[in-house]
Amino acid sequence: MAQYHLENITKIFARRQVAVKGLDLKVQKGERVALIGPSGAGKTTLFRMLNCTLRPTSGRLWIDGEEVVNLHGKKLREVRRRIGTIYQQHNLVPRLKVIHNVLSGQLGRWSTMRSLISLVRPTNTDLAMKALSLVGIGDKIFSRTDELSGGQQQRVAIARVLVQNPEVILADEPVSSVDPSLASSIVSLLIEISQNTHKTLLMNLHSVDLALAYFPRVIGIRKGVPLFDLPPDKISDHLLEDLYAGHLSPNQQEKFAEEESGNLVYQ
Amino acid sequence: MFEIEGRENLWKFFIGMFPPELSWNFLSLLFRPFLETIQISMMGTLIAVGIGFPFGLLGTRTFMVGGVLNEADVKGSPSRFALRWSGYFMARGVLSLFRSIPEFVWAFMFVRAVGLGPFPGVLAIGVAYGGMLGKVYSEIFEGVNYRPLEALQSTGANKMQVFFYGWLPQVLPNFVSYTLYRWECAVRASAILGLVGAGGLGQQIEISMRMFNFHEVLTLLIILFLMVAAVDYISAKVRAIL
Repeated sequence: MAQYHLENITKIFARRQVAVKGLDLKVQKGERVALIGPSGAGKTTLFRMLNCTLRPTSGRLWIDGEEVVNLHGKKLREVRRRIGTIYQQHNLVPRLKVIHNVLSGQLGRWSTMRSLISLVRPTNTDLAMKALSLVGIGDKIFSRTDELSGGQQQRVAIARVLVQNPEVILADEPVSSVDPSLASSIVSLLIEISQNTHKTLLMNLHSVDLALAYFPRVIGIRKGVPLFDLPPDKISDHLLEDLYAGHLSPNQQEKFAEEESGNLVYQ
Repeated sequence: MFEIEGRENLWKFFIGMFPPELSWNFLSLLFRPFLETIQISMMGTLIAVGIGFPFGLLGTRTFMVGGVLNEADVKGSPSRFALRWSGYFMARGVLSLFRSIPEFVWAFMFVRAVGLGPFPGVLAIGVAYGGMLGKVYSEIFEGVNYRPLEALQSTGANKMQVFFYGWLPQVLPNFVSYTLYRWECAVRASAILGLVGAGGLGQQIEISMRMFNFHEVLTLLIILFLMVAAVDYISAKVRAIL
């Protein structure tokens, strides 16, 4: 059974802005897939549908054989628990200690009461410590999260996903707000984790080089539709030119990216 | 507007207040109403938080119905949609009602209902300030950064878990400082409430005024000022800890 099966998925935002248009996609369990494409191509929106945050405007979406578009409440949370997401801006709670941010990966398994108790006195320090050590910042466990550097915060976010222990890891531009010299180390860390624990890994990447170097399957997305879906050695410079050709001017791009990343959608 | 007579009267009134009445006889009389004012303001604020917190949360649109945190859960489920919206409007309505009636009028009604004394004062502050706190809480809640909340929710956390792990930590300083500010207001309000018989220093102000004893009124105003300043000091200390 496929990990992800998307059939004709479309997402249109309130301002009639089409983010994803009639997308079909199949991802097998344990696969590692990179998504590349210009800003505003709909990659982030796609990921937010894949982790059941946004609801597709139309189309059907199966996760591990289960149709998820019309799930609500407890069943929806159960599906979300099996999908771990790493975000471009870490999306950690800055005023909490690192340990609470890491242990929040457990929230899908904990009762509300248990999670409240852990907020007062962390109940699972060993688990958090193990995850933090694996990403190399075990000494930061009791620091306040906003005291850490960008790269360290991204590692905390990875530790949170480790604690969550999902079947799928979605990494949405995990390295674009990280020092370029750290970028490949974080990408390879995620690859390693997915390999060792047999997790499916989907990653949005700005950097074409990283995508081609680390992933056996690369999908190019442009204006909400996939342009190609190939192994890296079949991707020619010509295809890449097509993917990024004539895309929006930097100014518009920024505006687009902002809208896509959903500042407007929150309210 | 500024006739000579009026100006002279104003001047006489001010001069007439000095010096403040500081005899032990009078001061010892104030001990009880002083404590009572503190008690009324604290109990009132506590009740106000008890009303404002849950209703403020229910009255937060992004918590109940709108935005990215509710999209997958609410869209495509008419029953949830209706339930959430009705909870939201109910909370908003209750809060509007509570704060649209001034605490003075609430006190007046509670004095009629439960009799003279501090109890109607506590209720009046609790209800009126509950309405104000709830409204401001909901605005504070809506002003957070939603990215961390989206991340928490995507781990499979429920709404309350998202609230305690992501929402509350972000707003805690604002939340506490506004609550303490309301406590300060409650100390002041207790002076007004005393005028309708709802206990505290206000009752003493009313009595001294009636007896044209403006020296005593000045003493009472000074005490009130010191209390407000003390609350302000405490709130600054608490904010510094957060």
